[in-house]
Amino acid sequence: MTQPVFAYILYENGVADDTALELLTAAAKLNPDASISAIVAGSGAGLDAVCNAIAASYAEVWKIDNEALAYVNAEVLRGMLVRILPQGCIVLAAHDHFGMDLAAGLSNKLDAAYLPDAVDFEGIENGKLKAVREEYGGQVSTHVLCDISKGAVITVRPGSFAPDESKSAGGQVLDKTADAMEGGLPGGARRFLEVVAAEVGDVDITKSEILVSVGRGIEDEDNLEIVSDLAEAMGADVSCSRPIVDAKWLEKARQVGTSGQTVKPKVYMALGISGSFQHIGGIKGSPFIVAINKNSRAPIFQIADVGIVDDILDFVPELTDKINEIKG
Amino acid sequence: MEILVCVKRVPDTSENEIEINKDGSDIERDDLVYSVNEWDNYAVEEAIQIRDNVGGSVTVVSVGDEDAEEVVRREMAMGADKGILLSDNAFEGSDGRGIANILKAEVEKGKYDLVLTGAQADDGAGQVGGMLAAMLDWPYASLVNSLEVVDDKTIKVGREIAGGNLEMNEIDLPCVLSIQTGINEPRYVGIRGIRKVASIDIPVHGAGDLGITPESVGESGAKVKRIDYFTPELGEGAEILEGSTDEIIEKLIELLKAKGGIK
Ligand SMILES: Cc1cc2nc3c(=O)[nH]c(=O)nc-3n(C[C@H](O)[C@H](O)[C@H](O)COP(=O)(O)OP(=O)(O)OC[C@H]3O[C@@H](n4cnc5c(N)ncnc54)[C@H](O)[C@@H]3O)c2cc1C
Repeated sequence: MTQPVFAYILYENGVADDTALELLTAAAKLNPDASISAIVAGSGAGLDAVCNAIAASYAEVWKIDNEALAYVNAEVLRGMLVRILPQGCIVLAAHDHFGMDLAAGLSNKLDAAYLPDAVDFEGIENGKLKAVREEYGGQVSTHVLCDISKGAVITVRPGSFAPDESKSAGGQVLDKTADAMEGGLPGGARRFLEVVAAEVGDVDITKSEILVSVGRGIEDEDNLEIVSDLAEAMGADVSCSRPIVDAKWLEKARQVGTSGQTVKPKVYMALGISGSFQHIGGIKGSPFIVAINKNSRAPIFQIADVGIVDDILDFVPELTDKINEIKG
Repeated sequence: MEILVCVKRVPDTSENEIEINKDGSDIERDDLVYSVNEWDNYAVEEAIQIRDNVGGSVTVVSVGDEDAEEVVRREMAMGADKGILLSDNAFEGSDGRGIANILKAEVEKGKYDLVLTGAQADDGAGQVGGMLAAMLDWPYASLVNSLEVVDDKTIKVGREIAGGNLEMNEIDLPCVLSIQTGINEPRYVGIRGIRKVASIDIPVHGAGDLGITPESVGESGAKVKRIDYFTPELGEGAEILEGSTDEIIEKLIELLKAKGGIK
C-alpha cells in the first residue's frame, strides 16, 4: 500500500501560510501516487475559514479544533498528532520556527525517520527516499537516502517548491478533534503564555526603497562606518544579517530575514552576506540585488542579479568615493 | 541547577570556504579550521550565567572523535565545570537520531535539570535537541532566545518566531531547550583561559560505558544517510562584473542609476 502523506498547515489570522501550497507540490513530487491530506489545528472561525480554503487544494483536510490551540503550542500538537496519524505515514511540515519545534520529536514519537530541511525529492526506491539538502549555510548540497519504510517526518524548506495554485481538489474537511483529544489535553509541561512583539527601531526598513545590507563579512564593528557612508551616498538605509544583530552592532529592527524584517526595496546591496535561506526569506518583491562577497561560490550569487567578487573593506570605500564624486 | 550542554566541533564557515573533494564523498578537509558550533557557544554562555545566578554546575558534552576534545576544553575555559567526551568507533556515521540516542544514555547517567543544545549546527538540521527530549519524555522548546529561572521546578523561555517576536512559555524541569544565537553575548576565551584548563581530565565514554548496543547507533542504526556532496546546478545566477575595480565601479553605478539605486 502506498504510504499516505500529510501536510501540516500553519495559519495566522484566518489565512493559511504561504507554505501550505508549497507542501502540496512537495508531497506530489515526493510520491505522485500517494493520497495527500492537510492537517490544520487551531480554534474558532479562523480555523474553519482556513480549512475551507485549503480544501480547494487538498482532497482531504483534517481539522483539530480546540481552545487550547488558539495559539498552537508544538508540545500540545505533537501529543495530538501521535494519537491520530496512521502508522507508517509521511508527515510534511515547513522547516520554520514551528516545524523546527514540532518535527524532530514527532518523528521519535512515531518511531519514524526524520529528514530535516529538504529542498528537493528525487524519487523512492526500495523504501528509501532520495532527497536533496544543503549544508554549511548553503555552500554545498548533498543527496541523502532516507529510509521511509516505517514512516517519516520531513520538514521542507520554505520557498523551495513552487506553490500549487490549481485549487481543483474540491476536498472535504474531517473533524478529528475527538480522536486528538482522547485521553485529555497532552503536552501540559510547556504552557504558552503570550507573544511579545519585537522592538521597533528608529528606521522602518520595510519601507525603504534602497537598502545597503551588511553581514558578517564586515568583520569588525568599527568597519560599519564604510557601510553607512555608502548608504548615505546612495540615499539608502542600512540593514543587516542576523550575526550583526547578535553582536549588538546594529539594532534588531534592521535585521532582514525570517526572524527579522521582511523588506521589499527596489535595490538591495548585500555586502559580506553569504545568502542563507533565512536571510533571503526576508527579501520580497524581486528587488535588483547586488552582492559583494570575496567568496565566488557564496550562495548569495545564486539569487543576486549582479555580483562582485571582492573584499568589501577595499571595494566599498572606493564605490562610495566614486558616487560622491559623480554627485559632486 | 545541574545543566548539561551538548556541543559539536564543526568547520568554521567564517574562516573557510567549503569545497567538495574530487569524488564528492566529503568536503575537502585538509587545512580546514574547526571551531565550536556557533549556536553552542550561546548555549554554554547561557548555562554559565544560570549557574552563576542560581548555583549548580555546568557540564559540557560532545559526541565525536578525539579531536572533539578541543572544543569541550574550550567551553570549559569559558567557565563550564566539567567536560565529557562521548567517543567510540561504533558511533561513526550516526544520524541525528543516533546522536540523540548516545546523548540520552549520558543524560540518564547524571541528574540534570536542564539540557541545552544549539538550535542547529553545520548541517542545518536542528534535530538533536527535539529528539533527545522526545526520547527522555521531557518537554522541549526550540529556538530559545530568552530564559528566566522561575523556581527550581519551572523556567520561563522566549522562543524566537517569525519577525523576531518572542513566544513566551512556561516549561517544567527537567527539560531540553535548543538555544538561538543572540540570547546573550558569549564571553571571549583567550589562550590563557585555555591553558588554565589544559590539564583537566576529560573522561571519555564509549558504547560499553553508556550501555548502548552498537547496532542502534552509527552507520547501521542510521535511517538517514548522506550519499554524496555536490554543487547544485545554478539557474541564471548573478552576472559577475569583471575588469579593473574602476571599470567594475563604473558599470555598477550605471546599473544602480538605471534601477533607481542612487537617489
Ligand atoms: C531559525 C533561524 C532563523 C534565522 N533567521 C535569520 C534572519 O532573519 N536573518 C539572517 O540574516 N539570518 C538568520 N539566521 C541565521 C542564518 O542561518 C545565517 O547564519 C546568517 O544569515 C549568516 O549571516 P551572514 O551571511 O552575515 O554571515 P556568514 O554566513 O558568516 O557570511 C559571511 C559572508 O561574508 C563573506 N566575507 C567575509 N569577509 C569578507 C570581506 N572582507 N569582503 C567580502 N566578503 C566577505 C564570506 O565569504 C561569507 O559569504 C537564522 C537562523 C536560524 C536557525
